[in-house]
Amino acid sequence: MNFSDKIKEYQWDDIRLSIYAKTDTDVQRALSKPRLDLEDFKALISPAAEPYLEQMAQKSQQLTLQRFGKTQQFYIPLYLSNMCSNICTYCGFSMHNALRRKTLDMQEIENECLAIKKMGFDHILIVTGESERKVGMDYFKQALPVIKKHFANITIEVQPLDQNEYSELIEYGVNAVLVYQETYNPVTYAEHHLKGKKSDFIYRLDTHDRLGKAGIHKMGLGSLIGLEEWRTDCFYVAAHLSYLEKKYWQSRYTISFPRLRPCEGGMEIKSVMNDKELVQLICAYRLFNPEVELSLSTRESEHFRNHVLPLGITSLSAGSSTQPGGYAEQSEVALEQFEISDERSPAMMAEIVKKQGYEVVWKDWDHSLTAK
Amino acid sequence: MLFDEMNKNDQLIIGDKTFSSRLFTGTGKFNDQKTMVAALKASQSELVTMALKRVDMQHRDDDILAPLIKNGMNLLPNTSGARNAKEAVFAAELAREALQTNWVKLEIHPDPKYLLPDPIETLKAAEMLANKGFVVLPYVHADPVLCKHLEAAGCAAVMPLGAPIGSNKGIKTGDFLEIIIEQANIPVIVDAGLGSPSHAAFAMEMGADAVLVNTAIAVAGNPVAMSEAFARAVQAGRQGYLAGLGGQSSQAIASSPLTAFLEASL
Repeated sequence: MNFSDKIKEYQWDDIRLSIYAKTDTDVQRALSKPRLDLEDFKALISPAAEPYLEQMAQKSQQLTLQRFGKTQQFYIPLYLSNMCSNICTYCGFSMHNALRRKTLDMQEIENECLAIKKMGFDHILIVTGESERKVGMDYFKQALPVIKKHFANITIEVQPLDQNEYSELIEYGVNAVLVYQETYNPVTYAEHHLKGKKSDFIYRLDTHDRLGKAGIHKMGLGSLIGLEEWRTDCFYVAAHLSYLEKKYWQSRYTISFPRLRPCEGGMEIKSVMNDKELVQLICAYRLFNPEVELSLSTRESEHFRNHVLPLGITSLSAGSSTQPGGYAEQSEVALEQFEISDERSPAMMAEIVKKQGYEVVWKDWDHSLTAK
Repeated sequence: MLFDEMNKNDQLIIGDKTFSSRLFTGTGKFNDQKTMVAALKASQSELVTMALKRVDMQHRDDDILAPLIKNGMNLLPNTSGARNAKEAVFAAELAREALQTNWVKLEIHPDPKYLLPDPIETLKAAEMLANKGFVVLPYVHADPVLCKHLEAAGCAAVMPLGAPIGSNKGIKTGDFLEIIIEQANIPVIVDAGLGSPSHAAFAMEMGADAVLVNTAIAVAGNPVAMSEAFARAVQAGRQGYLAGLGGQSSQAIASSPLTAFLEASL
C-alpha cells in the first residue's frame, strides 16, 4: 500500500467541513492531551483554536526545547539549474516563463560551493528545476561528487525519482530528499500543473513511499500554502506524516510551510494565510508531532522570522539566493524561482539567533557515518 | 445499547480471522478441566492459546483439546518450552500437523525462572515461520524496535508483555506499549502480567487491539466470575478508547507572551 491508497480514506470536503466544525471543547481537549491524533490536529488548525494561540505557542516552545534543545540548524539552498519542463502556474521556473535559463557546469558548482563554505555552512540543500533531460540522474551523478567534497550533509530538492534512482543517489551521498506535494487536492493540483511530468499527481504523491523503500535518512514534505484552502491541505500533510512515520520508521521527517509569494508570471492566490495563521499552523504541527523538524525559509520577512523562531522552528535558511550561480558570481537577478524576503547574511542571522539564546548548528552529520 | 452499536463495526482482524471479542485467553493453571471450560466460555474469548507440550497430539479427545474444539474456539498453539528458534519452528510444525492450524503463538524463553522472551531467537524464528506460511504471533518484550522488525518479518500481530508473565503486576511497560501501539501497522495484543480487570481495561484504553489473560483468571477464587469480569473490562476499555479519552488538565504558564508580536505588526 502506498499513500495514494491511504488518501482514499480522507475525502477532501468531509475533512474541510470537519475542521470548520471543531469547537472550543475540541481545542481544549487537544491542548490537554499528551499525545495528539489527527482529530486533535484538526482542532488546532481550526478557526476555533485562534483564541488559544498563546497557549499553543507556549506548549509548542516547551515541546521543541525538550526535544531539540536550544539549537537551530542552518542550511542554504544551492540552485544548480532553473531548467524546467513543467508548466506550473505559480513558479518562476515554469517552462513558459521567458527567463534566462542556466545550468551550472562542474566548475561553476565548485565555485558556488567555495562561496557557500566561506559563509560557514556545512549542510547544503541542492535545488534544481524539473527537467529529466537536462538535470536528471546523469547530471546529479556528475555534480554530487563535486558537492560532497565540501559538505557534511546533502539534501536535494529535485524532480521526484524512481526508487532505484533514490537508492543510487543515497550511494552518491544524498542524506535527505524534499518533495512537496504542493496541494493534496487532485482537482486543484491539475489546475496548477498544466504540463510536464509534474502533472502526474499520483506519481508525486507516492514519492515518499519510494524514498522510504529506498531507505533515505530523512525526507521532507509539505504543501504550498495558497494553492488551496490551507487548513485542509495541511491536514493532509499531517496525515501523510503519520502514515510515513508508521511505515518508514527508520527515517526522519521535516516539514516546510512555504506561503505563496508573488513571482514572475504571477497568479492570484486562492487561500491567503496571514501571519497569525502561520503561527497557528507551526504550533499545531509541533503539538501534533514533537519529533518532526520544522523548517523556515527566507521567503518570510525579517520581523516574522525573528519572532517565530522560538515557537517551534528547528531549522532555518539564511543568506539564500534562488538563482543558479547566485553566490559566486553575483550576476544580475533575472533567474530566480521566487523573491527572497529576508536578505540578512548568514553571519547576521547567526548573531540574531545567538542573541535569542540558541546555538547555531552548522554541522550535524558526517559522510563517514553513512555505512556503505 | 450504545456499546453494541459501536461494537458492530469494530471487529479485530488478524491474519485471515475476524474476532468480535478482544479478550484472548489461555488454558494453563486451571485446577480442573470443567472449571477451565466454564471460565473460557464465560470469557466469550474466540482465541485460546495452549502449550503444545501439554497436548496429547495423537488424540483429539485429549483433556484440554476436546472441550475447546467442541465449543468452537480458535486454537492458538504456543511454543512454550522452546529455548531457541530451531526448537520453536519444530514445535510450530508439529502443531500445524496435529491441530490443523497454521496459527502459532511464538514463545521462546531460554530463561526458565522468569520465562522472559528471547528477542534474537524470536526474530529469527518469526522470519522462518512467516516464510513457511504460518500466522505468527510473537510474545516479546515491550520493545518498539523489535516489534517493527517483527512486523517487517511478516508477523500477523505482536504480543508485547505488560509485566513478567504470571506476575499479575499489571502494565509496567506502559510508556513502551504506547510507542508500540502508535507505530504498529499490525494488531498489538498486550500479553502477560495483567492481574486484574482494571489492568486489562487500562491496556485497552491505551489503544491495544486485544489482551491475553490466563493466570489471573485461572488462579482467581472464582475463575468463571473473574473471566466474565475481564470480558467486561476489556469491552469497557475498548469503548473508552473509541469514545476518545479526555486529556489531563494542564495550564500554560503565563510568562511573557510569545504571540504579542502578531498584534503589534498589524
